[in-house]
Amino acid sequence: MSTTTATTTREITFTAAAREALSEAMAADPRIFVVGEGIGARGGNFNTTTGLYELYGPMRLRDTPIVERGFVGMCTGAAMTGSRPVVDFMFVDFILDAMGELINQVAKMQYMSSGRLKMPMVLRGCIGISGASATHHSGSYYPLFVNIPGFKVVLPSNAYDAKGLLTTALKGDDPVLFLEHKLVLNNKGHVPEESYSIPFGQAAVVREGTQATVVALSSMVKKVSDACDSLAKEGISIELIDPRTVAPLDVDTVLQSVHKTGRLLIVDEAFGPCGVGAEISAQVTARGFDDLDAPIQRLNGVHTPTPYSPPLEAAVVPDVKQIVQAIRDLLAE
Amino acid sequence: MSNITALGKEQHLALYRQMLEIRRTEEQLAKSHQAGLIPGACHTYVGEEAIATGVCAHLTHQDAVFSTHRGHGHALAKGVPPREVIAELFGRVTGCSRGRGGSMHLFSPEVGMMGTSGIVGPCILQATGAGYTSKLLNTGNVGVAFFGDGASNNGAFHEGLNLAAIYDLPVIFVCENNMYATEVAFSYATRNTEVAERARSYGMPGVAVDGNDVVAVYEAAAEAVKRARAGHGPTLIEGKTYRTRAHVEGMRDGGYRTQEEIDSWKARDPITTYRARLLEAGLVAEAEVNAVDEAVRVLVEEALEFAKNSPYPDPATVSRYIFSEASA
Repeated sequence: MSTTTATTTREITFTAAAREALSEAMAADPRIFVVGEGIGARGGNFNTTTGLYELYGPMRLRDTPIVERGFVGMCTGAAMTGSRPVVDFMFVDFILDAMGELINQVAKMQYMSSGRLKMPMVLRGCIGISGASATHHSGSYYPLFVNIPGFKVVLPSNAYDAKGLLTTALKGDDPVLFLEHKLVLNNKGHVPEESYSIPFGQAAVVREGTQATVVALSSMVKKVSDACDSLAKEGISIELIDPRTVAPLDVDTVLQSVHKTGRLLIVDEAFGPCGVGAEISAQVTARGFDDLDAPIQRLNGVHTPTPYSPPLEAAVVPDVKQIVQAIRDLLAE
Repeated sequence: MSNITALGKEQHLALYRQMLEIRRTEEQLAKSHQAGLIPGACHTYVGEEAIATGVCAHLTHQDAVFSTHRGHGHALAKGVPPREVIAELFGRVTGCSRGRGGSMHLFSPEVGMMGTSGIVGPCILQATGAGYTSKLLNTGNVGVAFFGDGASNNGAFHEGLNLAAIYDLPVIFVCENNMYATEVAFSYATRNTEVAERARSYGMPGVAVDGNDVVAVYEAAAEAVKRARAGHGPTLIEGKTYRTRAHVEGMRDGGYRTQEEIDSWKARDPITTYRARLLEAGLVAEAEVNAVDEAVRVLVEEALEFAKNSPYPDPATVSRYIFSEASA
C-alpha cells in the first residue's frame, strides 16, 4: 500500500505519527500554515502541533480567536490565493459553526471556478465518544461530508496510516477532512522515519478470513480486531477491512472479500441512517447480490445525542461483546 | 464633493469609461433577461458603478477581489471582459466560469476576480484570507471584499474584520451601503447605520464616502491600498449609494421604497453627474467623452453577439472539476 519502502521504523503514537507528517510537509512547503485555538506555542490541546511553533513561527502556527466560521472562511481565501492551510478544529464538533463556508464555498470552489482555482485545505479534528466528553465534544459527523461532492474524508485507525494518509492530504490540491478518533490517538504502531504516502480510496485488509467480512471504521477497527481474536479461538475466520478513507470509498475491496465470504457486517460508531454502512450496503447489494449468503448487517452507535454519565455513554457505543454477538448472528443467518 | 482637479484627463476618461462599460453591459443584461436569454438570476449594479470603478482602479491582476451576488460591476472593473460576463449569464462555455456559475458565481482568477457569491458574507472572510497569503508569502498583494449593508450585520463581518485587524493583513473592506438588504431597510436592520463607524471596534480606520462620486471613492481607496501595501493593515470603506433597479431582474420592486426616493437617487447618477462635472470644469472635451460613449457601445454590442453565438457546455463534462485535475 505504501509508495515507499520503509527501512527504519520505530513505535510511536498515532498523534506523533501525524505530527511527523505535518512537520515534514511544512519543512518542504512554505505555503503550508496551520490555524486553530491554542495550536501555537501551546502545541494544541491534543498535541497535534507540539514543537512546531519553535520550528516554523507564528505566521505558520497561527492561534485564532474562537471563530470557526471566520477562520475557515479566511483559510478558504488563503487557499484560493496560493496558500495551503491546515485547520485544526481540536474537537470536530466545532466544525459545525463553519458548515456554510465548508459546503457552499470550500467544497464547491474548484467546480464554480471550472477548475482554475484549487482548494488545498486540510480540516482536522478529533471525533468520537470517550471519557464522558458529552454531546458537544463527542461527534463524528463524517457521513454529512461524504454526502457532499468536493470533500475527501479520511478516517485513520492507526499510527502508520495516520502518517501516510496525512502526507497524501497535505500534498494534494483538494479539501480533506482528516478525522482522528480520540481513542486511537495514543495507540502506538510501527512507523517509518522516512516520508511516505498512502493513496486515498484504497482499503486495507487488516486480517484475512473466510467465513464473513467485517468492515470497520476508525476506532472500531481495533475493537473488531479484538472480537476477531476472540472468535479465532473457536476457529471462526473473519476478514476485517478498514476502508481508511470513506470519500473516496473503496467498495471494490469489500466486494472481492464478500465474493469469498458471502457475508458482510459494517461496524461504525457514527449514526446508521444514511451513513457509510448504508452506502456500502447499497453498493454491495447492487453489484454483489449473487455473492451474498445472508442479508448485510450494520452495527452502529445508538442514534442519539451523546450522554455524559459513563453507563449511559457506554450504552451508545458498540463494544467488543456486541461485535462478537453481531458476527455470530451474521454467521447463523 | 471630491476635488476632480486632482486627477489628469487620462485618469478621468478611464474612470468614466469603466463606469459606462458596467452600465451598458448591465443594461444589455437586463434586456437580455427580458428576452429570455438568461436562464437564471440577474442582480444589477446599476447606480453603484462608482464604487467598483474607484476601488479597482488601484488594483493589479495579482490583487484578489471577492464579491457578492451583485457582482457584475466588480468583475468588469477587475478586468473581466464584458463578453465573458454576458456569455456566463447566457450559460455558455465561453463565459468566465465556463457556464458553471452564472451571475452569482463569476470567476476569473487570471485577473484576480475570485468570485461573486450567492451567499452574503463569505467574501469578507475570503478577502481576509487573501491578505493572509500576501503576508505569509510576502507578495505585496492586497485582498478586497465588496459587500453590501446587509453583510455588515452578518457574523462574517465581525469575524473577518477582527481577524484582519489582529493579524495586520493587507485587506480593504468595501461596504456598498445601498440602504436595503434585498427589500429590508438598513435603518430597520441596525441601530447604527453608519457602517464606517464600526471600524473603530476592530482598531482599523473607517472611512465613509459618497459612493456615487467616483473620485471620492478613488481617493479613499488610494489611501487604503497604500496603507495595506505598506504593511499597515486593513481599512473599512463605506460608500453610500443606491440601487436604482429592482433587487433582481424580473422581480416586483414595490412596497419597500418610494418612487420619490428612487428618482432622487437617479438625479445623482454616478455616470451622468461625473460626465457633467468633467465637461463643466473643462477637464475633458465633449468629443472625447463622446468617443468613449461610442467605443463602449461597440464593445458591448460585440460582446452580446459573441455571447449569442457561443456554444453551450458539453453535458458530458458535468462532473469535471469537482476535484483537482491531478487527483481526478
